[in-house]
Amino acid sequence: MQLYARRRFINAAAMTISMLAAALGIIWLAAILWTLVSHGITAIDLRLFTQMTPPPGSDGGLLNAIFGSVVMTGIATLVAAPIGVLAGTYLAEYGRNGRLAEVVRFINDILLSAPSIIIGLFVYEVMVVPMRHFSAWAGAMALAIIVVPIVLRTTEDMLTLVPGSLREAAAALGTPKWRVVTMVSYRAAMQGMVTGVMLAIARISGETAPLLFTALNNQFWSTDLNAPMANLPVVIFHFALSPYEDWQRLALGGALIITVFVLALNIAARVLANLSTLKQ
Amino acid sequence: MHGYIDTKPRPASNGTKANGALAAAPKVKIEIKDLRFYYKDFEALKGISLPLYDKRVTAFIGPSGCGKSTLLRVLNRIYELYPDQRATGEVLVDGRNILDPREDVNLLRARIGMVFQKPTPFPMSIYDNIAFGIRLYERLSRPELDERVESALRRAALWNEVKDKLRQSGLSLSGGQQQRLCIARAIALKPEVLLLDEPASALDPISTAKIEELINELKSDYCIVIVTHNMQQAARTADYTAFMYLGELIEFNETTVMFTHPNKKQTEDYITGRFG
Repeated sequence: MQLYARRRFINAAAMTISMLAAALGIIWLAAILWTLVSHGITAIDLRLFTQMTPPPGSDGGLLNAIFGSVVMTGIATLVAAPIGVLAGTYLAEYGRNGRLAEVVRFINDILLSAPSIIIGLFVYEVMVVPMRHFSAWAGAMALAIIVVPIVLRTTEDMLTLVPGSLREAAAALGTPKWRVVTMVSYRAAMQGMVTGVMLAIARISGETAPLLFTALNNQFWSTDLNAPMANLPVVIFHFALSPYEDWQRLALGGALIITVFVLALNIAARVLANLSTLKQ
Repeated sequence: MHGYIDTKPRPASNGTKANGALAAAPKVKIEIKDLRFYYKDFEALKGISLPLYDKRVTAFIGPSGCGKSTLLRVLNRIYELYPDQRATGEVLVDGRNILDPREDVNLLRARIGMVFQKPTPFPMSIYDNIAFGIRLYERLSRPELDERVESALRRAALWNEVKDKLRQSGLSLSGGQQQRLCIARAIALKPEVLLLDEPASALDPISTAKIEELINELKSDYCIVIVTHNMQQAARTADYTAFMYLGELIEFNETTVMFTHPNKKQTEDYITGRFG
């Protein structure tokens, strides 16, 4: 009986400690969100989405920065997602345990954990320096390099989860390999693969370091991909550190926009992932 | 002689007089000759020779690991998906050696359908599950395709249960229905041979009975080969039975003979449940 009482006590203690630890984590997250919302909400108005970034002391918005972020994130995703999906398909469906696959997997793991500032510096050296100017292309490429390993990894993981029996069943009907992959494996793994792409977009939409050396910033409206382009993370970085109150307010507004966007993407990705497990 | 087996009642395939026990000698659809199979260096089949008859059901029985599934997986060369596996010897389908690398493996698999132990519906609608295979090899108009899908589902005794939900996912069906969907998918291609790898072992008794009934109906059109752990199932469904043990064919005979007067002691021990 005494032994049992002791166990109950240890159980209760462990439970309390776990809950405290969880609360500690959640409190900070809630505090960050609260600060963002309470300060940023005053900055959210129509001008934020219709006007350009202003010089200090005058009215303005973030339209050019929002546009730049959307354009560069879009280009990065369009370039990188197909590369990641194809490479992941190679690893899961063709290479499997081959020598080349092992090497690709290893390099991809390194790329996956590479600090984004190093990727920014890399693109600076190979694109910005030879071209002699910052550009939206360079920014998009830096972001693309971040997207590739994420998409590659999720694609491989999701395809590996597709049961081999499904591939055998398709092959047993006389289906050529490429059709087994596109018609059966992709279908079975589709939701997971889309989730991976969405998480990659969420990841790059807040990246500042790789854009700092590549796309830089632009005070004006610009659609020229060969010129520096404004973007939310770098604008937030500049404005938040500035001494001007209206700039700081805009920075908080921009931060709130990114946060809500990333949160929405994450939630959507979760819902999608749940849908796919429900269907199995 | 290694690989030799007693196939006494076997009717001659070359047109000589058939054994009196068989009224009409069935045609040999597949002739397996000295088949050896290797997983890397492990010899899983040690020289198997046996005939499989057209419009008859042949069951492979034997304890786990005896090579019965391996043998089945050679017949449509599905083992080739795995680089470590290889087969030597001959498998003659209508006289042509399908192990010949020049034989197109996809066309072969379209002629020799296979159903697996676990139901494997594709993640698409019931209709598309059936149409999938047909679309690989034929360009059909919509009404023609509809008709083929319907007739395959009817033959697999599934039509009445799914006709109002053809657009629903194949995954929404019960296990027994999924397995009949897989059978329908295989016969939609109008194959000549149907390979069934323990098709009912994951199903409840009612679904099992339905599958067995289906096998009985389908054998009028196909050469059917079934791997089973269940001896009663072999006795109920098969015209011929092959008993395998440790990669060798111990005995092959008509099912009725095999289960009443087995020639070998090992066979008798297995079917009376003394080992296995």
